[in-house]
Amino acid sequence: MEPSKSIQNRRSFLKSSFLAGGGLMISFSVLPELGIAEKTGTLNLAGEWNEITGYIKITSDNIIKIINPNPEFGQNVMTSLPMIIAEELDVDWQKVVVEMGPHDSIKLGPQFSGGSSSVRMYWKPLREAGAAARQMLMQAAAETWMVPVEELTTKAGMIIHTKSMKSGTYGEFASKAATIPIPKGIKLKDVKAFNIVGKSKKNVEVEKILTGKPLFGMDYAHEGMMIAMIEHPPGFGMKLKSFDASQALKMPGIKEVFTLKLYEDGFEQSGFDTRSFNDLLVVVGKTTWEVMNARKKLVTEWEPAGDIKDIIGGRGGKKEVVVPGELESTTKQLEKLQAYASKPAELLRKDGDPETAFKNAAQIIERTYNAPFLAHNCMEPINFFAHVTDEKALLAGPLQGPGWSEPTLAKLLKLPADKIEIQMTRMGGGFGRRAYGHYLYEAALISKKAKAPIKLIYTREDDMTYGIYRPMYTATYRAALDANKNLIAFAVKGGGIPEHAIHANRFPAGAIDNYLAEGWQIPSNITIGAFRAPRSNFNAAAEQSFLDELAEVMGKDPIDFRLELLKRAKENPVGKNNEYDADRYAGVLKLVKEKSGWGKADNKKYHRGVAAYFCHASYAAHVVDMVLRNGKPYVERVFSAMDCGIVVNPDAATNMVEGAVIDGIGNSFYGKLSHKDGKAEQTNFHSYRIIRHSEVPKKIEVHFVKNEIDPTGLGEPPFPPVFGAVANALYKTTNKRHYNQPFLDPSTQQNTGENRKKTF
Amino acid sequence: MINLNINNKNYELEVDPDTPLLWVLRDTIQLVGTKYGCGVAQCGACVVHLNGEAVRSCVTKASRAVGQKVVTIEGLSENNDHPLQKAWTELDVPQCGYCQSGQIMSAAVLLRENKNPTDQDIYNAMEGNICRCGTYLRIQNAIKLAAEMQRNESK
Repeated sequence: MEPSKSIQNRRSFLKSSFLAGGGLMISFSVLPELGIAEKTGTLNLAGEWNEITGYIKITSDNIIKIINPNPEFGQNVMTSLPMIIAEELDVDWQKVVVEMGPHDSIKLGPQFSGGSSSVRMYWKPLREAGAAARQMLMQAAAETWMVPVEELTTKAGMIIHTKSMKSGTYGEFASKAATIPIPKGIKLKDVKAFNIVGKSKKNVEVEKILTGKPLFGMDYAHEGMMIAMIEHPPGFGMKLKSFDASQALKMPGIKEVFTLKLYEDGFEQSGFDTRSFNDLLVVVGKTTWEVMNARKKLVTEWEPAGDIKDIIGGRGGKKEVVVPGELESTTKQLEKLQAYASKPAELLRKDGDPETAFKNAAQIIERTYNAPFLAHNCMEPINFFAHVTDEKALLAGPLQGPGWSEPTLAKLLKLPADKIEIQMTRMGGGFGRRAYGHYLYEAALISKKAKAPIKLIYTREDDMTYGIYRPMYTATYRAALDANKNLIAFAVKGGGIPEHAIHANRFPAGAIDNYLAEGWQIPSNITIGAFRAPRSNFNAAAEQSFLDELAEVMGKDPIDFRLELLKRAKENPVGKNNEYDADRYAGVLKLVKEKSGWGKADNKKYHRGVAAYFCHASYAAHVVDMVLRNGKPYVERVFSAMDCGIVVNPDAATNMVEGAVIDGIGNSFYGKLSHKDGKAEQTNFHSYRIIRHSEVPKKIEVHFVKNEIDPTGLGEPPFPPVFGAVANALYKTTNKRHYNQPFLDPSTQQNTGENRKKTF
Repeated sequence: MINLNINNKNYELEVDPDTPLLWVLRDTIQLVGTKYGCGVAQCGACVVHLNGEAVRSCVTKASRAVGQKVVTIEGLSENNDHPLQKAWTELDVPQCGYCQSGQIMSAAVLLRENKNPTDQDIYNAMEGNICRCGTYLRIQNAIKLAAEMQRNESK
């Protein structure tokens, strides 16, 4: 049992209150972003406590309701977060009712799904909330029964006094518990005593999903709701010149067509306010199909937008960014990347004397890797409901970070934050795309102008061609070997449009005496943002392929080679700021080696590739078993090893890793968004290739390192190393190294890796 | 005015007969379990049964359903107890869940016609259903489990 100290440290507060109709309500407020509320001037804790919607509600007839605070986009937090509360509260999981909470960062914590952070950031606060409620219920029972609280125990929602053989439900004491002060120094359970956390529980919404209940933003309905769509420029770098809506307005069901400016000139955007286009042409009508048809009747003329100046605020302070007006094409972008690669770049990290080491090297290996833009392609296209009046705003839909969007929304609508209500619907995928709230702002401004409740819907084509994409990346890796094939220096120089992917302080930094990391970037008007494991999803492909090739040149087993480097990083680390834990990194490699039967003869029918990676705060390793099926590479089996600390819901966690493996195979084989004259060349699933049923492995075996480390996150970490393991298996299968993604796209498979000119 | 029979219920609807069945279901009668994913018959999120056959409702005009029987995910079973729904629950298949009703509706036709589908049978029937979360393997295993449940029930 460890006394908890984190409550005060995190500026967070527990609060108990009466539940209407009798009962206990426990809320737990974490205020890491107090600044937001302070700025908008609406924070009034004393006044709000009475209305707090808490994490836990216990009625007098012992109904135990747990509110999930965090947005659900398929990572299953609606199940895993309430499990954490239920564990400490000590209730029967089968009897718990789970509900999705509204957006309320003051009352329900940071409310952000992304960065593999949901379980990581809510782990302690939710345990404390559950433990506090249990303690108060016991205190209430102790006072009622006039026995010392130390003599009480709980079991599955019951309070028991063994000596007097008294027992009662939590519900019986809920109202009294609400009068008891929050205990200090709440004791949390010993991890070894967990009986809910660590035991697989089914998705609490599975029945609703399987019977087609309205869950998603697309399903949201509201009285008098109209449908809105945006006709956006056909390509990046363009804007509306003129339009004629006369024919569109004659179409059935159409209410109006108008233009709208999203951000006024000089508007200070936050880091998550990225938007592709600022001048919007909007069609509002009764039904989706009618609006779709009316759009086809719009007569529009577009023109180059020229350079645009954006003001970006946020952590680094206010800065002006010039977005270039060029109508970009992928072929030209590739030439640019090659040209920039030989220019001086920003130094990101340097250990030892890499220049001299490379000069004295007996052998230098240099390889360049490239990857295209990727579209998120969430199954549920972008959409949001808004009903904005002069006094208030109601919004509902799929959003990963409501707390980041609300301040911008308040500024755009000129409404105080407490007049804005955001309801979070289940999301049909997110992958980073829904961290960017522009579509919520668009919906709000459209509703305000149309003076009607509206749902903004992007068609699949809008969603794919008007995205916030994974950037286009390149990186050149170099290794210097001495005459005995010892690795004496390692260098990476990465670039990208519009940002590079290099994490300079990650493995193998720390394991090599002479190390150099540099980065450069090319500005672009193609909008980019987070995509499942941002940057890592490229690095793990490039770096892990390079290490594989390096091991081969050095005559070493690829797993042993990595373990040697990690041993060095552990025992005698080079440099400072190494971000990873060498033991945990080595741990997943050892586990995957064991579970996959690495090196065993009975796996000879497979072409095997291995890769490992650390990102966010967790560790992943995969062994991919590839075969040729009808002459085409096919991943038949995958073995995965994860270290994400304590696993809250093992079967759901396994599901997520399986999904990451399949997502990784699909994107590495096929994922590509290319452009011509600013226009996306892929517009729907006929031209954007997504992995399908026949292409997924027959077996994905997922193993977790068992430890008692607080959860470190799982949504993203298994994804990046899939790319590397696939690349390495592909080499074994085809005898050809694949340096360019997507690997099965013939147009990208010219051998630029080995024949590239030296760029350093 | 068109008459449609959806999940054994008759509807008289004031809609343009050219409207895709998907939007009639979703916008007109608020049966939203059938999903919009692509609008061009490429993703399978909108699969419904038309006289027992799997069709993509995003490209099926409402007029084509007149006089036919339409079944959507809402009408697949009375109590979420179709073998596929039971197997999906047992294997806790969904992640985000958006594609799952379409997956199940495609699988239901397969399962009716084929009591013991092989991997290849499953691929053939399911290739048109995309899942971005990558729950494919669980879907395939759930289909096999449902087939097994169905075989055991009929014994």
